[in-house]
Amino acid sequence: MEREPIIHIENVHKWFGHVHALRGVNLDVYKGEVVVIIGPSGSGKSTLLRCINRLEEFDEGKIIVDGIPLDSAENINAVRTEVGMVFQQFNLFPHLTVLENICLAQRIVRKRKKEEAEAIAMELLRKVGIPEKAHNYPAQLSGGQQQRVAIARALAMNPKIMLFDEPTSALDPEMIQEVLDVMLNLAREGMTMVVVSHEIGFARAAAHRAILMDEGQIVEEAPPDILFNNPRHERTRAFLSKVLH
Amino acid sequence: MNLPARDSAPLLSQKRFRDPWWLLVLAIVLIVIALVVLQPDPFQRILLFVRDGIQVTIYVTLVSFALVLFLGLIVGLIRLSKLTLLRGIATIYVEVIRGIPVLVQLIFWYFAFPSLVQDIGRSVGWSPLMNYRPNPVAMAILGLTICYAAYMSEVYRAGIQSIPRGQMEAARSLGMTYFQAMRYVILPQAVRVILPPVGNEFITLLKDSSLTSVVAVPELTRRGREFMAASFIPLQTWLMVSLLYLVMTLLATRVVAWIEYKTRLEK
Ligand SMILES: Nc1ncnc2c1ncn2[C@@H]1O[C@H](COP(=O)(O)OP(=O)(O)OP(=O)(O)O)[C@@H](O)[C@H]1O
Ligand SMILES: [Mg+2]
Repeated sequence: MEREPIIHIENVHKWFGHVHALRGVNLDVYKGEVVVIIGPSGSGKSTLLRCINRLEEFDEGKIIVDGIPLDSAENINAVRTEVGMVFQQFNLFPHLTVLENICLAQRIVRKRKKEEAEAIAMELLRKVGIPEKAHNYPAQLSGGQQQRVAIARALAMNPKIMLFDEPTSALDPEMIQEVLDVMLNLAREGMTMVVVSHEIGFARAAAHRAILMDEGQIVEEAPPDILFNNPRHERTRAFLSKVLH
Repeated sequence: MNLPARDSAPLLSQKRFRDPWWLLVLAIVLIVIALVVLQPDPFQRILLFVRDGIQVTIYVTLVSFALVLFLGLIVGLIRLSKLTLLRGIATIYVEVIRGIPVLVQLIFWYFAFPSLVQDIGRSVGWSPLMNYRPNPVAMAILGLTICYAAYMSEVYRAGIQSIPRGQMEAARSLGMTYFQAMRYVILPQAVRVILPPVGNEFITLLKDSSLTSVVAVPELTRRGREFMAASFIPLQTWLMVSLLYLVMTLLATRVVAWIEYKTRLEK
């Protein structure tokens, strides 16, 4: 791993009105690293993730992504093309086919030709295991398939970093594994990933580091085996006892 | 590259569009033709007399509506934006316009606004302004556009707001700009939602264009009044005018229903 972090988060604060959602978060993520974030509902996990690609503005502190500080509007768009995001609710574009979903941003942001974009899309669809769904609309797919398309759509932009916000928590149990498998492969290929997820099995298999957030702060961070088996903090223990049983 | 066959497009292969209400349009058209053929005096005379009025009605309605679609979208987007000052202005515009009757607004643009221009011309001593004479059709289009754009902006706003926030976020996270996301992701979805109310606005505008008869626009209603004044046969005149409006509004309703059906299919 390089010395220079690809994501540098320094003393970030975020308020929603009176709600102090992030209270001085510091985090460095290195190239090729997989970081899993866990924590109770409302602890600020989504907010932190959304600050990294500026879907949310933060009020204090600093975030640098791949050497680009998140300040000016041009920088934000530059960062967004480097950072892919996968959402809990998939957020596929319902008026477009699967293929068109994956091609749209390639065409208008990356300025790729139609044939090139479609070739990339088909390759990614093969990678996530559903090339036969290219011409279907999202509503005709299962939740697991939709989420895999959403991952392919993000990957088509050649991001250096992938953010996942609870990618499996809107899925029926039997579909969770197919999505986790895709993510696991991605991790093995060396993608830098920040994943908010309570899938402990995935964290153990893929993550280099696991982080517990509570009340807008990072409470504890450690390799997953250590965090899950021998947490140092009482709050981590309390949270894990709820999740693991 | 081998694309898999289009194996499953079940929504596209449904049965053809059948719309029994086209028969109603047809029936009204047949009544008009029957009246004109069977009783040329007075119905053919009326039709020939008001014919150019129909053209003006259609012209004023279509031009105004095209402008309304455009201006309404701009105002709607401003009202959804974070630009506080502009948003305030847009909100005041919508609230003020919606609080004044259309007829009063049309009268304002044709009579009050030109006199204001002339006053300004006199005070600065510039003769083109002093001698300003409004063009009735242009002023009617201006008045209808400004009025209807306020209503239309609300239609757009509701339509855009009905699209889940995650759509914009997904588009932005893929690196699209706000306007790209609007154009390729939000608006294509919003259009399906707003089509019925937009169709309603169009039909209301078509009917309200008759109000411009008061401000010297030689459209269908005004031509009807002129014919009545010259011929003293009010019953037949207004029967004919009513039927002509009915053909236009019912036709528009069917076209909207057809477009709605077409866009629904693509989903
Ligand atoms: N758009 C918003 N407006 C107001 N408050 C918000 C908004 N988004 C988040 N919050 C608040 O900020 C805090 C952190 O929310 P966040 O969504 O980041 O939590 P989370 O850890 O992702 O929780 P969950 O596990 O439920 O997804 C919560 O108190 C939440 O109510
Ligand atoms: Mg969350």
